[in-house]
Amino acid sequence: MSKQKQKFLEVSTGEHFTTGNHAAAEGALAVGCKFFGGYPITPSSEIAEHMALRLPQLGGNFVQFEDEIASIIGILGASWGGVKSMTATSGPGYSLMVENIGFGMMTETPCIIINVQRGGPSTGLPTLVGQQDIMQTKWGSHGDFEPIVLCPSSVQECFELAIEAFNYAEKYRLPVTLLMDETLGHMSERLIIPDASKIGKVERKKPKDSPEEHLPYKADDDLIPPMAVAGEGYRVMVTGLTHDERGYPNLNVETQDKLVRRINDKIRLNKKDIIRVEEYLLDDAEIAIIAFGSVARAAKGSVNRAREKGIKVGLLRLITIWPFPDERIEALAEKVKKIYVPEINYGQITREVERCVHGKTEVKGIFKLGGSIHNPQEILKEIEGDA
Amino acid sequence: MAIVLPKVSVKDLQEWSKLGEVFTSGHRLCAGCGAGAMARQVTLAAKALGDPYMFVNATGCLEVASTVYPYTAWDAPWLHNAFENAAATASGAIEAMKSMQRKGLMSERNVNMIVFAGDGGTYDIGLQSLSGAVERGHDFLYVCYSNGAYMNTGIQRSGGTPQGAATTTSPPGTVIPGKIEWQKPLAEIMAAHDIPTFTASPAYPRDLMAKVQAGLKHDGPAFMLVDSPCNLGQRYAPDISMEIAKLAVKTCFFPLFYTYKEEWVLTGISARLAKNPDRKLPIEDFLKPQGRFRHLFKPEWKKKLIEIQDTVDDKWERLVTKATCV
Repeated sequence: MSKQKQKFLEVSTGEHFTTGNHAAAEGALAVGCKFFGGYPITPSSEIAEHMALRLPQLGGNFVQFEDEIASIIGILGASWGGVKSMTATSGPGYSLMVENIGFGMMTETPCIIINVQRGGPSTGLPTLVGQQDIMQTKWGSHGDFEPIVLCPSSVQECFELAIEAFNYAEKYRLPVTLLMDETLGHMSERLIIPDASKIGKVERKKPKDSPEEHLPYKADDDLIPPMAVAGEGYRVMVTGLTHDERGYPNLNVETQDKLVRRINDKIRLNKKDIIRVEEYLLDDAEIAIIAFGSVARAAKGSVNRAREKGIKVGLLRLITIWPFPDERIEALAEKVKKIYVPEINYGQITREVERCVHGKTEVKGIFKLGGSIHNPQEILKEIEGDA
Repeated sequence: MAIVLPKVSVKDLQEWSKLGEVFTSGHRLCAGCGAGAMARQVTLAAKALGDPYMFVNATGCLEVASTVYPYTAWDAPWLHNAFENAAATASGAIEAMKSMQRKGLMSERNVNMIVFAGDGGTYDIGLQSLSGAVERGHDFLYVCYSNGAYMNTGIQRSGGTPQGAATTTSPPGTVIPGKIEWQKPLAEIMAAHDIPTFTASPAYPRDLMAKVQAGLKHDGPAFMLVDSPCNLGQRYAPDISMEIAKLAVKTCFFPLFYTYKEEWVLTGISARLAKNPDRKLPIEDFLKPQGRFRHLFKPEWKKKLIEIQDTVDDKWERLVTKATCV
């Protein structure tokens, strides 16, 4: 019996029961990722393993590098070669990548980094959950830049936000981080992958002018320069030094001011497009919980249990962590008596929430330092204890 | 100054076994793991020298499995830090000891520093740190126990994974026959730093322990590459680990030798095979019992099998040409 040659598809349309790590990898493939450069690290390794299996089937490339520093620079290089590229890691690996994430910000290179968080600092809890990389994804690299960081709460969302992460990366030309956590990465639940025609794909802007007149870092009105790729005939200049519109290093105050202002403002001015939150029973809420990632699932349970007891609690789930939804939280502070922030760290988002409420309402963090997520009763007990 | 391997007799092993283990029982390495045998042999050889010793351990199977809180298998000072910088950690500790000795806070006695790291922590992420520490001349014995993949994180390929091996990031199928590349020539890279460089196998403890002692007696850095069988990742039954390790040597896939500057010396079984080439076993004998090479015995990858034999032969012949035998 002759073996029928199996047909491999970018989009694995259908209903699946799978993990967050596999879902994120499938999301990346569905949106057209063709290069994965990575280095094994628990709890993210299944993403690399899945890509190692799937990419050769789709004509893409999987490369395992010798460390995370090489991995991130490898995917930046692949992006300049014209393919959608990504890596996946966890906290310690992300720490090694941050210098080159900054390089990606400066050179405006689209790509995505998946960080499946575990407990830290250092080697910490390799196999257990954490949410301690919130600030690292924002401030890890030196210099001023505005990162985009998305934070899923379900296996389905790991798939969907992997697509969105690529779309933002291509649209705004920067490395985007998909910030997952160990619980999400390793838990299995239903994933519905839509038909290929339903996958919204954004591709980077190409230059419209001729190679002779083209300036590689001359931005359009939206502050984003079109991106030519090596081999298309346009001059390609890639440097981490402060550069002018031609891409040439130009180390003076004016060029620095213009460039750094622009790479920040292209995100700041588009916050509305980027910031996503989910609101759950907030309309009449007197108490709010702000949560994200796997903890948001427990927080939703707390809201339901509180409502059963007649306590008016609602949930604001952060889907976009950076840029931070300042205005939304400021508005919430006008409405509610108290905001609870359960998170698996020692107060990283809590501090941001405190900054945004300007003292208009009380903010209380409920911290776990890594290893397990909150359970709904725990959060509820905290709310009831204060009532 | 040439390297002189001490003679280690069975009687020596009997005596040393009475000294008390440095790497003690109760660790959580897998049944059949070669790293446990390797660690016992290295630490006992060090203890037998009589000088105090301390250990630095890069992230990896040995580190994780030997120090699960609240237990430790190490009856010795032991340091772990990040994955990529075991050798730099040893550098720092050695500088600290020198400084304390200068201030009269520590006796002038020699302390033997031994670094343990796996293939991931040495071939890949730790190579820069190792090369730097060796260039600085810090006096340690760096033992890379290579089990041929990132076994601790779930069997991903490393720079030390043999060609053709199935790992979770080099899955064999219709497109690739497992890992595409040959291993990085790690022993040669370290030997190029002009330091004593040894290869050893836990299946041949007398050879391994003699080399540990020679490396520690040398004033300055020394490097040892140990072939560490891993039944979990290399996929065979736990009771044949030492057989697999022996086959690696007998097929000349992993020759036992040492080298320092211009001198290359084959030792043990490898020396005997160089003198009696007809006793060399075909590479299939090493590959066949291991599940990670199972696909190579399918008709579609037959060519790969021949290619691997050719490469092993070529590397072995080149080594024999430049080496003497003891």
